[in-house]
Amino acid sequence: MWSLQKIANTIHEWLNTTFNSTIATTIEMVIAGVAVITLFALLGLVLVLMERRVAAWMQIRLGPNRVGPQGLLQSMADTIKLLVKEGLTPNGADKFLFNLAPFIAMIVAMLLMAPIAFAKDFQLWDLNIGVLYISSVSSIMVISILMAGWSSNNKYSLMGAMRSGAQIVSYELSAGLAILTIIVPIGSLQFSEIVQSQVNGWWIFKGHIPAIIAFVIFMIAVTAETNRAPFDLAEAESELTAGFHTEYSGMKFALFFLSEYVNVFIVCAVGATLFLGGWMPFHIGHWESFNHMMDYIPSSVWFFGKTFALIFLIMWFRWTFPRLRIDQLLNLEWKYLLPISMFNLLLMTALAILGWYF
Amino acid sequence: MFLKDYINDVYGAVKSLLVGMRRTGYYFTHHKEIITQQYPDNRATLDLPERFKGEVVMPHDANNEHRCTGCTACELACPNGTIKVITKFEVNAEGKKKKAIDKLVYHLELCTMCNLCVVACPSDAIKMAQTFEHSVYDRSEFTKILNNPGSKIMEGVE
Repeated sequence: MWSLQKIANTIHEWLNTTFNSTIATTIEMVIAGVAVITLFALLGLVLVLMERRVAAWMQIRLGPNRVGPQGLLQSMADTIKLLVKEGLTPNGADKFLFNLAPFIAMIVAMLLMAPIAFAKDFQLWDLNIGVLYISSVSSIMVISILMAGWSSNNKYSLMGAMRSGAQIVSYELSAGLAILTIIVPIGSLQFSEIVQSQVNGWWIFKGHIPAIIAFVIFMIAVTAETNRAPFDLAEAESELTAGFHTEYSGMKFALFFLSEYVNVFIVCAVGATLFLGGWMPFHIGHWESFNHMMDYIPSSVWFFGKTFALIFLIMWFRWTFPRLRIDQLLNLEWKYLLPISMFNLLLMTALAILGWYF
Repeated sequence: MFLKDYINDVYGAVKSLLVGMRRTGYYFTHHKEIITQQYPDNRATLDLPERFKGEVVMPHDANNEHRCTGCTACELACPNGTIKVITKFEVNAEGKKKKAIDKLVYHLELCTMCNLCVVACPSDAIKMAQTFEHSVYDRSEFTKILNNPGSKIMEGVE
């Protein structure tokens, strides 16, 4: 059967028989890098179009439908527009930091791709602390936002950056606790083991109520962490014009834009892996024939299906809820999400000790 | 009870968010609700809302008769001097002088479509039309005379 893992293995074998192992490894690294960049470009194109279509339909509009069949080439046209635009650096800006910030945002998003399991045995780097790696590297994102806001030499940008700092620092806590709630019964931070532990059912079903609460908290926290509405205080179009990227134009702006969408993809991929079984097909306990039938659907389809379902959920949030005020935002985190997720973690620990999950 | 209020808060918040999501989810799945009109493509079948106001017109019947008495109520009601009523005196069959309109001048470029003139008119002589493709090459074309040439007041309208 066709699978990503087979293609990867074929390339690996061919390279190792043709070249010596050092050159083969180098070439493999280059291929992996190019694959990640390609995935980035594709995700940017697809997610921007998806966002605009979802937004339009939720607001009883039609959305882009002029460029290409059904408007499918709209994001391609936007990309070309952004490429040919001038990347202006303001006179009063700190030029070095100003030009560095979008690339840091991009590099963080790229680093986050490493431990994600895209399909069965198809992963760039299966390190044993995968989840910890994701949650720690993703917080570097705030540095690029602060850098962009500070170096723009614009008070609105700085205000947006400060808000974003407060927001990401606080929401990281409940996102971490929600992840821990699922890690407790698994007992491993490695992505392949997390997926393997869901062979007889996804954690959102196996973990009873605590898993569902953790899932809800995780979705809220990652929406805040990726700076998307209703937590888009860092950009706040109506108050801060665009927040930290007001002064950016052309491709530098596009990199911020792209990294936002890639971050959404990554957090949704993590959510899908932790709660919905990653690439694991939908299995129900001991229904052998049903499980067998589900196995016929390729694992990459399962992974991308689940991830895109979660991305759709986050888009649904964005186009339904109004933006929170900064005090409401911090209230929500410190007075509601954090106590609830701590209590939830305690509940899950009790469940795990008593062995009440499946 | 603190804890009870807290749980009620959370419950109420989650419930209201779900109500909102159900609404947008309904719109997402029901594409026939879409209100966007692809204007230049559907010019023939354009579906304008009832309250859409394009410009002020004066309807005339088949005998080229309108209902305007020249009372200047519309001119007085207009907040930005869009309408100018020029009256004249007509001598009727019994030899009596009677006030009538010569021209009802309407400056489309000044009009904000506020509908106050239509509301003020005591004899329903003017109304709002739904035409909206107003662009012209010369500004003077915006100054319109609403009554047709040679038209006169309808019988029985005082």
